[in-house]
Amino acid sequence: MQSSFPFIPESASTLSGDVDAVYFYISGVTVFFTTLISLVVIFFVIRYRRRNPFEIPRPIEGSTKLETLWSVIPLVIAMSIFVWGAKVYFAEYRPPKNALEVYVVGKQWMWKFQHSTGQREINELHIPVGQKIKLIMASEDVIHDVFVPAFRIKADVVPGKYTSEWFEATKPGRYHFFCAEYCGMNHSGMGGWVVVMEPAEFENWLSGNVSQLSPATAGRQMFESLGCASCHGANGEGGRGPALLGLFGSNVVLNNNQTVRADEGYVRESILNPQAKIVSGFGPIMPSFQGQVNEEQLLQLVAFVKSLSTTKPETPTTKPPVNANVKPSAPH
Amino acid sequence: MEEFEVPRPPRTNYLNAEYGVKSWLLTKDHKRIALLYLGGISFFFFIGSLYAMAIRLELLTPQADLTQSSTYNKMFTQHGIIMVFFFLIPSIPATLGNFLVPMMIGAKDLAFPRINLLSWYIYMLGGILTIYALLAGGVDTGWTFYTPYSTTFSNSYVIATGLGIFIAGFSSILTGLNFIVTIHTMRAPGMTWFRLPLFIWAHYATSLIMILGTPVIAITILLVAFERLAHIGIFDPAAGGDPVLFQHLFWFYSHPAVYIMVLPAMGVVSELIANFSRKNIFGYKFVAFSSLAIAVFGFLVWGHHMFVASQSIYAGMIFSILSFAVAIPSAVKVFNWTATLHKGSISYDTPMLYGLGFIGLFTIGGLTGMFLASLATDVHLSDTYFIVAHFHYIMVGGTLLAYLGGLHYWWPKISGRMYPEGWGRFSALIVFVGFNLTFSPQFVLGYMGMPRRYHTYPADLVSWQVLHVLSTAGASILGVGLLIPLIYLIWSMRYGRIAEANPWHLPGLEWQTASPPPTQNFYETPIVTSEAYEFAPPEAKEVVGRFERQRPVKI
Ligand code: HEC
Ligand code: HEM
Ligand SMILES: [Cu+2]
Ligand SMILES: [Cu+2]
Repeated sequence: MQSSFPFIPESASTLSGDVDAVYFYISGVTVFFTTLISLVVIFFVIRYRRRNPFEIPRPIEGSTKLETLWSVIPLVIAMSIFVWGAKVYFAEYRPPKNALEVYVVGKQWMWKFQHSTGQREINELHIPVGQKIKLIMASEDVIHDVFVPAFRIKADVVPGKYTSEWFEATKPGRYHFFCAEYCGMNHSGMGGWVVVMEPAEFENWLSGNVSQLSPATAGRQMFESLGCASCHGANGEGGRGPALLGLFGSNVVLNNNQTVRADEGYVRESILNPQAKIVSGFGPIMPSFQGQVNEEQLLQLVAFVKSLSTTKPETPTTKPPVNANVKPSAPH
Repeated sequence: MEEFEVPRPPRTNYLNAEYGVKSWLLTKDHKRIALLYLGGISFFFFIGSLYAMAIRLELLTPQADLTQSSTYNKMFTQHGIIMVFFFLIPSIPATLGNFLVPMMIGAKDLAFPRINLLSWYIYMLGGILTIYALLAGGVDTGWTFYTPYSTTFSNSYVIATGLGIFIAGFSSILTGLNFIVTIHTMRAPGMTWFRLPLFIWAHYATSLIMILGTPVIAITILLVAFERLAHIGIFDPAAGGDPVLFQHLFWFYSHPAVYIMVLPAMGVVSELIANFSRKNIFGYKFVAFSSLAIAVFGFLVWGHHMFVASQSIYAGMIFSILSFAVAIPSAVKVFNWTATLHKGSISYDTPMLYGLGFIGLFTIGGLTGMFLASLATDVHLSDTYFIVAHFHYIMVGGTLLAYLGGLHYWWPKISGRMYPEGWGRFSALIVFVGFNLTFSPQFVLGYMGMPRRYHTYPADLVSWQVLHVLSTAGASILGVGLLIPLIYLIWSMRYGRIAEANPWHLPGLEWQTASPPPTQNFYETPIVTSEAYEFAPPEAKEVVGRFERQRPVKI
């Protein structure tokens, strides 16, 4: 992660350059004003040093003109930083279409990754260069955070909901990633490597590691073993419970006439806390599966429900994905 | 400096009016209570600094050398808790504020002297409970107590420590209440609101935050304790709670609390800059009102601590723009202090060196806040060493420097003795150099990606270790710079040159009485007829010669 300049971090994602541009802009403002203030202070301190212990300088009243000037100029500069920073942030957090999804589960003190093709990894994430990757992240215990300095991205992984972040790597290589939210004893050991590979190399890596079921297939098995199928139908076609075919990404009408967009967070909540939002036309008969499935299994169930809507785009693209407990407009 | 009066032999003053431990422990004199606080606060600062040194030593190398991770985590947690809740928050208000608020407005004491004493006992009780928790096993949640780690997962003394902070909070509330009532009701005749020294305005604004904000942190800590004991499910997602709710509650207090830490410092610096350049402050009203603006708008920006904590992007944008806005009043102050120097008569006494140091370091601290208020850069910098550097620039470079400057400035009034000026200047320089060497590398470390609260870091990142070594070297220099004043201030209480009533020749009311002052502060109630910092009548010409507005001291 060392770049050719020893004190500038490697820049290896499509957005890292944009973040750096804002960074250097603010650095410029900081250096300019620090130098200005320091030079003026030093000049005054030397020029107006006390030459005679009895001297009393002439008092100077304030000046409203000056006060206005030095309120408005900083305000304008500050607003320019705000606008630029917000613009880049918006791009950073709006999940792109057609991203490769990787499921991430954090727990004290390790990271588990699962690719949509089934490969699992611990504390290491292999991804292809030039491909948008979206991490869908859950925590089994406390708050963690996935921070990849070379990509300039960071997002907390909060228990009880899904959060996400995305990036597109621009250079093959090995990049450190860290847990950036203090999570207890071994927090500083809870990191690893993101390994960015050429696409062909990545395909190779994938085929060398196919021992596991894909999350969607594993989810289908659980769908049967947990008895979901008895209400939702063996293929999600519906029964006592609503059909799950085509559910993901659609708008669901609830019994209080509100509509909710069915994203990962909604499916998660439907499984753990089905009483929270009842689908219009159905009774509150679905039992809660809280405590019966862990975060990884939950992600597999979600992947299965998602796979029932493959006629639609994989992820909703018009809106950012939604937190389980938060209103639909909330991202990650 | 030229002597205006011959130092007087000792006479009765607040220090020798009564003797014995009891006369101190039961005192109602705000000046003695200020000294009680000074003792307590210095003690906690010393403990907090020991932790800091241990942390810096551990970070010299990438791997674990001195401690295990669990111990390291306790060290940074306890460092933070002691420094924030038992040093920074009470530092200036409880010592200098307690001593000077009544003196600057021409009052005999604070409005509620008994409550003032009570506040010290509460502070000490909270502190002792916290120290007990540290000795019993310590706490490892970080000073921020984030849930669900603090409520469900940590096996450390969270409740005992929390209770210590909870109790100490009441001393803040009582102090704030006392200041507000005193400033409203006990000003000397002629001391109108716009004649108040800016130190008083700053303490007024601080008191507002203390009263409005502290109850929120108190409730939040209670909720954490309930959750730990009874598992009621407020913050624990497994029980239907929301861990992020804690962060909202915590920062709703703790962002304004950073202004509890820095506003009094700004008040001190306004005094130092004006008095040591013998000028009225440039734009008095703007400086005064900017304190109030900070106090009010500081309550609207807590969400900037949660940009990456799964907050919605739209909330993020609102908190970002408000954070930029709240930076403006701070900028206005810096410009006004700088303008005050223009055509002044600037002395290079130790307090002024600290005051000038404050301007530089606070400017850097404030400007680096922009990197964190800006969303795109905060995503990268949040929870890294950049944050650590930013708030140390504000709280050590700002608050600690102002505190030391203030302590030197009023030392003759407090102790009746002068500190050794040469040593003073020397150590101020050491502190400034040591401080910058300690914390400026941490900005780079944060940008490089080093997360905060890390016991170890990857050994393949050589530049990280280089920066850590620089930082530890700086911390050692800073440590020396802080030990020197500790030694000579104690020394000077006995051996320092006896101070005149008004050794700096200043117009402020606190200087118009003996050093040290009598128990009742003034021999007769002062009557105020001039503005603050009025060295010369406003119609005066360039140089008006010898300073004549000093009042004679009655003995
Ligand atoms: C006892 C029957 C029953 C079982 C067993 C059951 N569900 Fe349901 N489920 C329902 C009913 C009824 C609803 C609609 C009412 C509601 O929203 O709670 C529903 C709603 C849902 C929804 C939201 C559907 C929508 O259209 O918005 C999802 C997703 C879901 N279930 C998934 C599952 C999964 C996964 C399992 C197995 C782990 C499962 N269910 C087990 C009865 C059941
Ligand atoms: C002048 C304008 C300022 C701005 C714009 C600003 C901005 C910020 C922001 C956005 C953060 C959060 C960063 C993050 O967690 O990702 C932050 C952290 C912090 N700031 Fe400031 N700040 C300013 C001044 C101050 C002042 C005056 C103080 C204290 C006296 C202060 C003390 C702190 C502290 C203690 C933290 C870190 C808290 C923690 O996470 O432990 N800041 N600042
Ligand atoms: Cu962690
Ligand atoms: Cu803040």
